[in-house]
Amino acid sequence: MRYRMQDTGYGMRDTGCRMTAQVKMHESRSAGMSILVWNGIGIRFFPTFVSDPRIEKICVTKQVLEYLNDLSLQGQLVIMESDPDNIINEVTQSDYKYGFVTEIETEYAPIGLSEDTVRYISLKKNEPEFMLEYRLKAFRHWLTMKVPEWAHLDIPPIDFQDIYFYAAPKKKKQYESLDQVDPELLATFDKLGISLEEQKKLAGVAVDAVIDSVSVKTTFSETLSKYGIIFCSMSEAIQNHPDLVKQYLGSVVPYTDNYYASLNSAVFSDGSFCYIPKGVRCPVELSTYFRINAANTGQFERTLIVADEGAYVSYMEGCTAPQRDENQLHAAVVEIVAMKDASVKYSTVQNWYPGDKSGKGGIYNFVTKRGICKGSNSKISWTQVETGSAITWKYPSCILLGDNSVGEFYSVAVTNNHQQADTGTKMLHLGKNTKSTIISKGISAGKSNNSYRGLVRISRNAANSRNYSQCDSLLLGSACGAHTWPYIQVENKSSIVEHEATTSKISEDQLFYCQQRGMDAESAIGLIVNGYAKEVLKQLPMEFAVEAQKLLSISLEGSVG
Amino acid sequence: MLLSIKNLHASINGKEILKGIDLDVNQGEVHAIMGPNGTGKSTLASVIAGREVFDVTSGEVIYKGRNLLKLAVEERAREGIFLGFQYPVEIPGVSITNFMRTAVNEVRKFKGLDPLGGGAFLKLMEEKKKLVELTSNLANRSVNEGFSGGEKKKNEIFQMAMLEPTLAILDETDSGLDIDALRVVANGVNKLRTKDNAFMVITHYQRLLDYIIPDFVHVLFEGKIVKSGSKELALELEEKGYDWIRKEQRDNGIAG
Repeated sequence: MRYRMQDTGYGMRDTGCRMTAQVKMHESRSAGMSILVWNGIGIRFFPTFVSDPRIEKICVTKQVLEYLNDLSLQGQLVIMESDPDNIINEVTQSDYKYGFVTEIETEYAPIGLSEDTVRYISLKKNEPEFMLEYRLKAFRHWLTMKVPEWAHLDIPPIDFQDIYFYAAPKKKKQYESLDQVDPELLATFDKLGISLEEQKKLAGVAVDAVIDSVSVKTTFSETLSKYGIIFCSMSEAIQNHPDLVKQYLGSVVPYTDNYYASLNSAVFSDGSFCYIPKGVRCPVELSTYFRINAANTGQFERTLIVADEGAYVSYMEGCTAPQRDENQLHAAVVEIVAMKDASVKYSTVQNWYPGDKSGKGGIYNFVTKRGICKGSNSKISWTQVETGSAITWKYPSCILLGDNSVGEFYSVAVTNNHQQADTGTKMLHLGKNTKSTIISKGISAGKSNNSYRGLVRISRNAANSRNYSQCDSLLLGSACGAHTWPYIQVENKSSIVEHEATTSKISEDQLFYCQQRGMDAESAIGLIVNGYAKEVLKQLPMEFAVEAQKLLSISLEGSVG
Repeated sequence: MLLSIKNLHASINGKEILKGIDLDVNQGEVHAIMGPNGTGKSTLASVIAGREVFDVTSGEVIYKGRNLLKLAVEERAREGIFLGFQYPVEIPGVSITNFMRTAVNEVRKFKGLDPLGGGAFLKLMEEKKKLVELTSNLANRSVNEGFSGGEKKKNEIFQMAMLEPTLAILDETDSGLDIDALRVVANGVNKLRTKDNAFMVITHYQRLLDYIIPDFVHVLFEGKIVKSGSKELALELEEKGYDWIRKEQRDNGIAG
C-alpha cells in the first residue's frame, strides 16, 4: 500500500502495526528519541527515527497518520491515499487501555522507608558519596515535615511503611540481540506503542536492548552526541556526568521544597537527564515513557533538563500504569534550567490509572515541576494534558529570573468518576519585562472535583512585566465540581496582569445539534470537549496531540446518560 | 410512503403546541409548511427530529415503516432525517471539517460502510462545496462561530449535501437571508432533489417558494394543518395574508 501526500510529495508505506513515512524535514518537530522508565528504574533508548541529512524515515503510528489527516483537513498538509482500507481505525475504547501487568521478575528493596532504604537505593545504584549525602539530608529533612493539606483534595493517609521504594527488573545481563530480551517485556513495549522489534526493522540497524539502567548505543544517541547533547537516565548521568548533576540537581527544586519533593530527593530511583550545550538546537524530540508495573511500589523519578545559552529542546513525557485495586504513589520531581536565550518546551500526557468507576484504586500523582529562566530572553513552556490519576497535585511553575524571559503554562485537566485534581502553575516574575501566559482548561464529569490553583507574582524589580491568565472550566453533569483559585501579587506599578475565568456547561443545544447529525452523545461530547481544549492541544507535539485527543474522549466516556 | 404523521399532539412544559397534525410525505415530494409565528412549525420539525424537551402526548409518526418516535435523535439522523436549524448553534474550537467528518463516518458506520479516509473525505467535501456554491473558506472555521446569518444557513445546506438525507426538514432556512444567499440556499435544495428523497420546507414567506417549487403547501395554524393545496396556495396566502386564515378559522368557529 502506498500513501502519497499532496503538495509536499511525501510518501508513506504500511509496515503492519506502524507506518513508515519518508518525509522531507522542514523542521525537526516530529523526530523523536525515547526513554522508558520502568517502575522508576531502568532506562532504555529507542530511536523512533533514523536521520539522514535530507530525508528522514519516521516511524509513525496509525494515530499519527490520522492526525496528519486532520492537519491536512485544516489545509496545512494533504494526505491522499490510494487504498482507504485501514488508515483509520477506531481506537476508542472505554476501558483503561494500559491496565495490563507484565510478568517480570522484579527485585525489591525491603518494604518501607528508613535511612537503610535510602542507603540501599544509593548502594544498588552504585552512587558516588555526594549523592548518598544528598539523599540522606533530604530524608532527614523529610522526617521533620508534615503532609501538605492546603489543596482542595481529600487524600487518605499514606502508609509509607507499606510501600516498596525500589523495584527493578531482575535480569542484569546485557543483551546482544533482541532475541535474548524477555519476550514479556517486548510485548509490553508493543502495547505501549514502542516496538523495538519494529524499530530495528525500520532502522535497518542493530538496536541493542539493555535491561537495567545501562544505556544503549544507537544511531540516535550518536547523532545526539555529535551535537554534544547528553540524554540519558539519571543513574547514568550520576555515573558519567557527576559534575553537571552536582551543579544542577536540586538547584530549582531544593530538597527542602515540599513534602513530596523531599521524599523524592531521598528515594528517587531514576529518571532522565538532558543537557543541551550552548547554541545547539536539539534536532529531535526527546521523550520518556513512565511506567509503573510492580504492585505496592511507589514511583519516584527525577528529571533534570539543562539548556545552556541559546539552546533549544522539546521534551515529552507519557505515563501509564496497571489497573490495581490499591492506590499507588507517584511523587516525581522535574527541574528545568534555561540559560540566556535558551528555550525549553516540556509536554506531558499523563494517563496514570485513574481508579475504577467507584473510585477504587488509582495513582496518587503528587509531582513537583519547576523551571527557572535563568538568563535573559530565555523561555520555558509547559504543556500538560492530565486525564489519569486518582488524585493529581501538580503545579508546573516558572521562575522568570532573567530579563525578558517568558513562561508559559498550557493545561487541560480532565476528571471523571471520583478523580480529584488540584493543578495549576506558579509564575514568579523577578526579571524586568518578563512575560507569562497561563491557559488552563478544566473539564469535570461524574462525581469528580477539578481545581485550578495558580499564583502570579510580580516582584518589585520586575518592571514592565505582563501576565495573561485564562482559566476555563467545563462541567458535565451536576455532581461534579470546578474551582478556580487564582493568587495574584503585583508589587510594582508598571506591570499588567490579566485574569479571565469562565465556567460553562455543554449546552443541550450543542448536544442536540451534534446528535441530529448522527453522532451519539458520547462522541458528541468528545468532539465538543476537544474543541474546547483545542487552544492547549495545538501546543502539543504531533504524536502527543493525537494521543491526547483520543484520551480526552475516552476519559469522558460514560459521563453522560 | 416515507413519512406518515397521524393525529400528532405534542407539548412543552405542559403547554400543548401541536394539536393533532396529520401529514403524509412521499419520496420525491417537496412540502412547504407555512403559517404565522408561534403556530408550531418549528415544534413540528423538532418533534420529528426527536428533541427531548417536547413531549409527544398522542398520535404516531411512521417513517420508512417504523415507529419514528421510538428512535433516539442520532438514530433518526442516521436513518436519513436531517434538520436544517433555524438558529444553528456555535461549537467553539471544532472545525466544520472535523465536525462533518465525524458525522459522515457515524452515518457510514451505521450503514455498514467503512469510514472515509482523509483524502476521500476531502474530495467529497470539495464536491459538495461546489454543489452548494460554498465558495468561502468556511470549512476551516469552527462550527458556526462568528458566522453571519447567511453563512450559518449556507453551512446548514452544505451539511445537508454532505449527509444526503432521505427526509430533509428546513426550519425557516430563508429567514434573515438576502436575495443572493436565498438563491444559493434554494439552488442547493434543487440540486439535491431526487425522486428518492423528500423535503419539508418551513417558511413564513412565499419568496423562497419562487425558487423551490413545492408539490404541496400546508398552512399550520394553532397547532393544526388547516389548509393544504398546491403551490398556488402559497401565492394566495401571500396575497391575502395570514389574516385570511384567521378569519376563516373564526368563521368555522374553531379558533379565535
